[in-house]
Formats: sequence, C-alpha cells, structure tokens
Amino acid sequence: MSGGDGARGAAVSGDDALYARLKAFEGRPAATGGRGKDPVNAAMIRHWCEAMGDTHPAYRGPDAVAPPTMLQAWTMGGLSGHTDRSPAYDELSALLDGAGCTAVVATDCEQEYLRPLRPGDEITFDAVIESVSPRKTTKLGSGYFVTTRMDVRVDGELAGAHRFRILKYVPGKGSSGPGGPAPEADPAPRKGTPEPVAAPRDAPARPRPVINRDNAGFWAGVAEHRLLIQRCTGCGRLRMPWLPGCARCGAPEWDTVEAGGGGTVHSYVVMHHPPFPAFDPPYAVALIALEEGVRLVAGVTGVPPDAVRVGMPVRLEFQQVRDGKGAWELPVFRAEPGAARAPREEG
Amino acid sequence: MSVRRADTLGGRAAVVGIGATEFSKDSGRSELTLAAEAVRAALDDAGLAPSDVDGLVTFTMDTSPEIAVAQATGIGELSFFSRVHYGGGAACATVQQAALAVATGIAEVVVCYRAFNERSGRRFGSGVQHREPSAEGTALGWNLPPGLLTPASWVAMAARRYLHTYGLTPEAFGHVAVTGRRYAATNPAAYFHGRPITLADHAASRPIVEPLRLLDCCQETDGGQALVVTTAERARDLRRPPALITAAAQGAGRAQEQMTSYYRDEFYPSDLAGLPEMGVVARQLWRTSGYGPADIDVAVLYDHFTPFVLMQLEEFGFCAPGEAAAFVADGALPLNTHGGQLGEAYLHGMNGIAEAVRQVRGSAVNQVPDVAHALVTAGTGVPTSGLILGRDGG
Repeated sequence: MSGGDGARGAAVSGDDALYARLKAFEGRPAATGGRGKDPVNAAMIRHWCEAMGDTHPAYRGPDAVAPPTMLQAWTMGGLSGHTDRSPAYDELSALLDGAGCTAVVATDCEQEYLRPLRPGDEITFDAVIESVSPRKTTKLGSGYFVTTRMDVRVDGELAGAHRFRILKYVPGKGSSGPGGPAPEADPAPRKGTPEPVAAPRDAPARPRPVINRDNAGFWAGVAEHRLLIQRCTGCGRLRMPWLPGCARCGAPEWDTVEAGGGGTVHSYVVMHHPPFPAFDPPYAVALIALEEGVRLVAGVTGVPPDAVRVGMPVRLEFQQVRDGKGAWELPVFRAEPGAARAPREEG
Repeated sequence: MSVRRADTLGGRAAVVGIGATEFSKDSGRSELTLAAEAVRAALDDAGLAPSDVDGLVTFTMDTSPEIAVAQATGIGELSFFSRVHYGGGAACATVQQAALAVATGIAEVVVCYRAFNERSGRRFGSGVQHREPSAEGTALGWNLPPGLLTPASWVAMAARRYLHTYGLTPEAFGHVAVTGRRYAATNPAAYFHGRPITLADHAASRPIVEPLRLLDCCQETDGGQALVVTTAERARDLRRPPALITAAAQGAGRAQEQMTSYYRDEFYPSDLAGLPEMGVVARQLWRTSGYGPADIDVAVLYDHFTPFVLMQLEEFGFCAPGEAAAFVADGALPLNTHGGQLGEAYLHGMNGIAEAVRQVRGSAVNQVPDVAHALVTAGTGVPTSGLILGRDGG
C-alpha cells in the first residue's frame, strides 16, 4: 500500500485512436452498489494487525477502531469474487486485451480517510473509472494506466476513498509466456531487423506457427533470429521442413546449421481472395531457395507484391508480427536492392 | 500392381451401379441424408438391394460413418469397411479398396460413397488458419504464418513454377477451363449447364491467387455420389453393362506432402512442375493394363485447379512436359466430358468416376463413340489414385 509511482520515467507516446475510445470510459462506473461481505469486525482487525506486526493499542479493546489502511479490505470479494463489477469496466478491459494489452500490473494506490471505521459498521461502496492515461512506454512494456476511485460509506456517510491504479500493457521481453518471447521493446534491436508491423489495436488473429516437439528447435531459433536448418548426421543431407528422420538415408540423428541468410525466390504467389482479417491483400508469399540448398515458405518484403519474380535474390530478416493475443517472430525475405528491376517474365 | 511389379487385381471386379443426388449450392439436408440418397440411387441403378451389400468404403474426410450409412439405407451386417485418406486423392482408391475386397472374397458387394455440403457448410476454399500440432498439422503449419492459407494458394505455388519452367503465361491454363465448361454446357446435371466460357472469359476473370484466376478454380458443391462394386462374374448378371476395373492404383511420391510438396527437387527433376505421385499411379496403371496413352478413349482427370490437369497429362505421357496446354487445345483426347469439377460439380472426384462408368456403358450425355477404356484420376497435389475402367470384352 505504498504510494509508489509506477508512471515515473514513463514516456508519453501521444494520443491515438484507441486512446480516444479508452478516454470515453472516464467517469463511467467501475462498481456499483457494492456491500462489504462482513461488517467491520474485531477478528479481521486482529488478523490484519498480526500480519502487519502492528501493535497499536487503538486497534484493540472495547473502543477499538479499524486500522485506516484496512479500508480496501472491507470491500474485497474474497475467494467467491466480486458480483458488483460494472459492464463498463469489463468493456474497458476487453478493449485493452484486444489491443494486445493483455498483461496487467497494479502500480499504486492512494487512500483518504474521513472517519474511523469501528466494529459493527456495515460498509457500502461505489467505484468510478477516474482516468485512463495516454499510451505510455515503461520497462514492462507499452500500455495504459487505468485509475479507479472507490468511495467507501457507512450509513451513507463517506468514510474514505481508495484510488487504485493499474497498468494494462503489451507483454514485453522478460515476461515470456508459453507463446515464446515477445520482444515489444527490445533495448538493442538486431541489425537489419525491420520495424515491427503496425501496432495491434483490435488486431485480428494471425495464423500462428504450428509447433510440436519435432520442430520446436526451428521456432526457438527464429525467436533468437537464427534460421536453423536440420542436418542429417548420417548422410549430411540438409533438410527443411524439420522432421525426425532423413528422407534420403532414414537416419534419425541430426544436428543443425544456421542459414547464412541469402537465397532466391524459387516460386511465389500473390494472394487476393478470399480476404483474411490478419492480412492485407494483395500480398506475396514465396518459396525461398536458401543458398544452402533447402527451401521454406515465407513472405517477401521490400518490393510490392507485383514486383516479386522467380529468381529474385533475397536476404533473410526477422519480422515481429502480432495480433490481439501476442507477438512472435517470423523469418521474412527482403528483395535485394535492384532486384525488382527484373523484367516481368510472365502474365 | 505394386510400385515394382504388375498386380493380379485387374479385371476381377467391376463398377455396376452409379448414383448421385442433385448437385447444388445448398442441399438443404444433412450430409448423411445426401450419402444415403446417393447409396440408394447407386443400388437402384445396379438393380441390387441394400441387403446385397456387405461392404462400404468412403473418405477419411467424410462425415457420414459407414455404420450410419448402413443404418440409414437398410444395409445389414458388414464384413468390410474402409476409409482412404488425403482428401480428393481418395476417390479412385475407394474403388480399389472395394475391388480388393470383392476379388478376395472379403465382401461380395461394396458401395463407395462421398457426400458433403461443401458449399453451404464447410467450404474448403475458405482456407485454413489453424492446425493442431500433430505430424499432419505441423506439416501444413509451415505455410500458415506467412499467409499461404488456401488450396488455391498451395496449387498456385506449383503453377507459377510450371509457367516459369516452360516459359508459359497463365493463359495456358485457360484451355482446361474452356474444355470443362464446354462439356458442362451440354450436361443437364452440371451446375454450369448452358453456360460455356471462352478463353477471353478465362483471361478476364479476377485473380484469386496469382497466377490462378477465378476460372482456374473448381466450383464448390453440395451433393453425394455413390458407386457399387462387385465381382466381374456377378457383374455380368446385373442390369447394366459392367465397367470392369481393368487397373487400379494408389500413389505417393518421395518427400510427399499434402498440397505443398515443395521440397523434393532432390528426388524429382520435374520439381514443382510435375506431379510425381500421379507418375507413381500412371506407371502402375499402364503396367497392369498393358495399355498406354494411345489406348485411352476418354480421360476424366481431377480438375480442382486447371494447372494440375496439364501436369497429369504429362505424367501419364499423353504429351511431353510443358506441352499439355497445346495438347488440350488440340482436343484429340476427350477430356472431362461431364464438365469436370470446373463445370459439373465438385464431388471430390467421385462424380468423375461415375462419368467414366457412363462412358464405358455408352450412356454419357456427351458420349464419346465406342469407348473401350476410360482413364480416371483422383485428387492432385496429394497422395492420390487412379483407375482404368474397361468395357467387358473390350
């Protein structure tokens, strides 16, 4: 319950379209008609004081008052949860989740005490969404601070106010979940790394890599910006896609070699129809022949889709892609400078 | 016939009944209902009763189990039931399974069926954005993150390479589309009955996944098709002239994938410009039948997308690699005489087998004179299958 300042040092990135929608929630209720699950009582006061090591005599005896910092404790839902949270607050949370701000951390709270609470007091409370900050970039990641203010009353009389602030943010590196690292604010981007794709406000779901135990090593490599090719240790054959055995000699043992990054477009398509929400047609997808002699399917960047050509030299890059549920890395191939001037060869 | 030597199945079984529902965009009834209707129609055509049937074969993709179809049609105890995998690649293999069963006495009468609401229900053309991390899901999964999400896109990657290899333009695919729609125009059962197209229509149709245009892609269909198979001996006592199963084969290539076999240049010089799995089928069909391209009177080649029809003609040796577009334009080989899946209906290749049967019987709406041998193939780009059907005594 310290008065920390989670926003200290955060950089204001300016308003955006999402912020306008978030801002509209200011002043709307976060909880209405809340009632304390228990009246203020000596047992909870004693437990609190023992847990806090607080031996102040005012909290004991026939004329005891509750420790003022217990203000929020009287409003808590316990294991059975809250039933009084407002639709507005749920909408706000969903909007932030949809924008990729799926992580949450409580940053600080402030309390005001207008009258003591005593055993037997029945409390009621209401909360309001007091403010939503512009988008901020913090060490945890980029997101929005949401501040609620709860007014606690006894017999209709205001007894105290509890202001509570959280940060809803896009999870960044260092807080990787099962989906792998999500380098939102990589402090030292690798050379040649393209800018992340547009921020995922309301971003529709993108198809994810399909990862199992047989190809997890490939995607772990991609997360580290390394494109790893399987190599059969029986016959030395390089292979892509990854498989737990060699299609030439049948040997199960393998190691990996890292792709140098050079390649050419072996074939390609330009996607027009049907539309997929996460993609913006027309877009090109190519079968890349790596200089090592293996192939993989990847996007082509650096040229418009109608300028991609068979035989075009390309170079490996890694691109961060995101949707409303996360971010991950993909190998992409950038057309080498001048490559797009090749004449149109067909159709 | 195995990959290495001729087999002993040829000529021992026959297709004796064919039956289908109407081909529509919205059947208004369940897939099981469609399957049952098709099975009843095929048995009626054969002059057989449900009580004669002791085997059922379908696709792994079919949603109507053999036991449900048996219940819904009054078929009794089953001694043989089997399913074949790999989408449309299963089509001719269902007949091969049935032939194996009746030739060995495992069953006496086997019905092969496929029924779906592929247009009004789950449309394959709507693509794939998620797969479970099974071996199969992971194999296709390599294509999904960069947005290669649809059957058209998986075929287009090979089609582009075909054009590049042989110095062609996408107009090369137009002859297949025009041919299918020309036959469909005179087939009352075809969805595109009365609606032929020109090469200019093909060239002007909108891009779906370049280099494929709308008119390179087959339609999507609700419907059901069934085929009745029994021994050659019993076939001769039935109502219709038998279509003997002269040869039947399955084929998978090396480094085979489902629709995305992009990684096998080491094994096949044709690389993306060929269909080596259909080459496996072709070698077996020619070897077991003793026939070659010149012996085929009509071909029904799987046409979910036009480029793979060209590659099939080349794999079967009807023409040299890269020359199939000119071969189709020339029109010497009657091809997809029902209109194909481009023109008649997309029934996962099963309606093509029915057309080959009609051609052998002499009862097709666009009948080719004096058909002794018909070639029919199953889904392309996947592990696949093929048949040569022959006239009895032909």
